[in-house]
Amino acid sequence: MVLEIRGLAHDYFSGTALSQIDLSLGKGQHSLLLGPSGSGKTTLINLICGLLTPQCGTIRICGEDMGAARGSEADDIRRRHVGIVFQTLRLVSALSLFDNLLLAQRLQRGGKDPATARALVAALGIEHRIKARPAELSQGEAQRAAIARALVGEPALLVADEPTSALDGENMRRVADLLLENAERTGTTLLIATHDERLKDVMPNVVELTPPGAQRRVA
Amino acid sequence: MIGLAFAYLRAHPLTTALNILLLGIAVTMLVLLLQFGRQVGDRLEQDAAGIDLVVGAKGSPLQLILSSVFHVDQPTGNIPLSSQQLLKRDPAVERVIPLALGDNFRGYRIVGTDEGLLGLYGGSIEMGSLFDAPLEAVLGASVAAEMKATLGQKFLGSHGLSGDAENGGSDHDHAAFETVGILAPTGTVLDRLILTSVESVWDVHGIAHDHGSQEHADDDGHAHEGDAHDSADGHAHDDEHADDHGEEEIAAVGLPGTNPLQARSAGPQRELTALLVQYRNASAAIRVPAMINRQTEMQAAVPAIETARLLSLFGASLDGARLFAWLLAATGGLAIFVALLNVARAREGDLALLRVMGAGKMRIFGTILLEGVLTAAAGALLGIAAAHLLIGLAANAFATIGDLGIEPFAFDPLEGVIFFAVLGIGAVAAVIPAARIFSIDLARTLARAT
Ligand SMILES: Nc1ncnc2c1ncn2[C@@H]1O[C@H](COP(=O)(O)OP(=O)(O)OP(=O)(O)O)[C@@H](O)[C@H]1O
Ligand SMILES: [Mg+2]
Repeated sequence: MVLEIRGLAHDYFSGTALSQIDLSLGKGQHSLLLGPSGSGKTTLINLICGLLTPQCGTIRICGEDMGAARGSEADDIRRRHVGIVFQTLRLVSALSLFDNLLLAQRLQRGGKDPATARALVAALGIEHRIKARPAELSQGEAQRAAIARALVGEPALLVADEPTSALDGENMRRVADLLLENAERTGTTLLIATHDERLKDVMPNVVELTPPGAQRRVA
Repeated sequence: MIGLAFAYLRAHPLTTALNILLLGIAVTMLVLLLQFGRQVGDRLEQDAAGIDLVVGAKGSPLQLILSSVFHVDQPTGNIPLSSQQLLKRDPAVERVIPLALGDNFRGYRIVGTDEGLLGLYGGSIEMGSLFDAPLEAVLGASVAAEMKATLGQKFLGSHGLSGDAENGGSDHDHAAFETVGILAPTGTVLDRLILTSVESVWDVHGIAHDHGSQEHADDDGHAHEGDAHDSADGHAHDDEHADDHGEEEIAAVGLPGTNPLQARSAGPQRELTALLVQYRNASAAIRVPAMINRQTEMQAAVPAIETARLLSLFGASLDGARLFAWLLAATGGLAIFVALLNVARAREGDLALLRVMGAGKMRIFGTILLEGVLTAAAGALLGIAAAHLLIGLAANAFATIGDLGIEPFAFDPLEGVIFFAVLGIGAVAAVIPAARIFSIDLARTLARAT
């Protein structure tokens, strides 16, 4: 199992964000995390990535217990197994697009592989922007760059929070296809959080989150 | 991660440049102070080595030392030729070296003396021979190099001790010196002197030493009466300040003055400017200066004492300036601190992302620390380079600095200490901004960041 979640729940002071989540993703079992705004998608992703500590339940990534990991242990599990694309934050601001990719490779793989990075940006259609600073990229370009950044490390699990929200229909499809294509190649399992129902067409599995708390699983 | 540190520094080029500049200025000051302090001290010590006592006309003892040991100030006046014999007769005195100053060639002082001066500084003839006949001159190594002098070359001395036209008097065109020898470099003041015999200096000034005639006295316009006023205070040429010859005449040799041993005299004398004395034994140190100061109209000054006085005066102002420079360096550190703190919040998102990408806290902490250290290193290197460049330029532009014989590209090990101290300032300045990485809440930061 790439990802295994049992009885997960999380409350903020303001109220319950997630309750009783069970989710298992085997290798190659790409899933869509679908739910309206405020349904807890980001919260779940933060828990999976070890950025938040669950109050209840377990999270295992590639067999390692992320839920119980503390501090640098969580960092380590994340670094070895998880690639992340965030809703807003995409690239390190001081580095060019391409340097961001090389840095990500270094951090996650321990070495640079410019050829792979180049192939990736070419496939994402941002090849002409590799020298650009993050601030000089359009929203869509930045989002594709963030996907490239998360993929260059070839992680076992790629979680993406609204990776296609800034893209138009055509680019959305293209990115979704690229995510799937790359996932096949590198054996990465995708978990994509979105409120964009259009992605249902491309992703086989859908996990639906409904606010507040209630959760339904669709095979 | 060093690439990332550079990238962040490049992201704010103006701030980075200003911080580097600020530290650079501080380091420039520190290195300049260090270099001047050390080189001047070394130089003074070296030039005064072996001279136990200087005997000259009454006046400021410091001025006497400066003029006759370091050859930078105007002499205090003249002393009678007989004083040389007086000291030579003293059994406690090993060596007496006469000095007759008054002229220069392109700012290099022409010193009437004997071979004793060479011995004092360990000088040796590299080419030619020592002066012998009247108007033969031996050039110090720096003088020869500067003049591109060859043996047999003739030159005219100018009146006064500095080369500038404003101050320099007329050329002594009736008496040209001939270069008969060139000295090997000694690294002392000797390198910048032109040596000749005392008699030659008298000749140039029209003082007839051969037959004791005084008829040339007025030839070059230095007519004065050696009056009671002169005798009273020992300043041989007070009156001359009023006339058109200006200050350089204080230095003129062979001018009418006072013979301190014979209370009064009139007319030009065969005189000397100062005597450099080396003792034979320690007892002389007590007796000889006391004898000179009490029983003659001359003064005896101890180079070691005056040099120490000079260095302590100099040292106090150096300490003040040094304190200021370190404060400036601290300000540079503060500027780095403020700059890093300013960007810290804007950068929180970046740092959180770096963490998510797999960079450990310590690694990111190190990167930010490195930014401070790199800025400091750039400032320190800039400062050290600028200081040495400035010394080089100053040595070329200002004769006095050149005269002190300051070496522009001699690196002091203490510059390494300054370098690492400044690196330390850079690191300390970056610690607090860098430490924020330990308190970043990743989930919140990533949710908020845009
Ligand atoms: N740090 C927080 N502190 C308190 N409450 C929070 C915090 N983060 C999220 N919440 C709340 O938890 C619930 C789930 O938020 P979450 O960000 O997970 O939703 P989401 O599905 O990602 O929404 P969106 O599609 O708008 O991004 C919301 O009601 C939100 O207000
Ligand atoms: Mg969200």
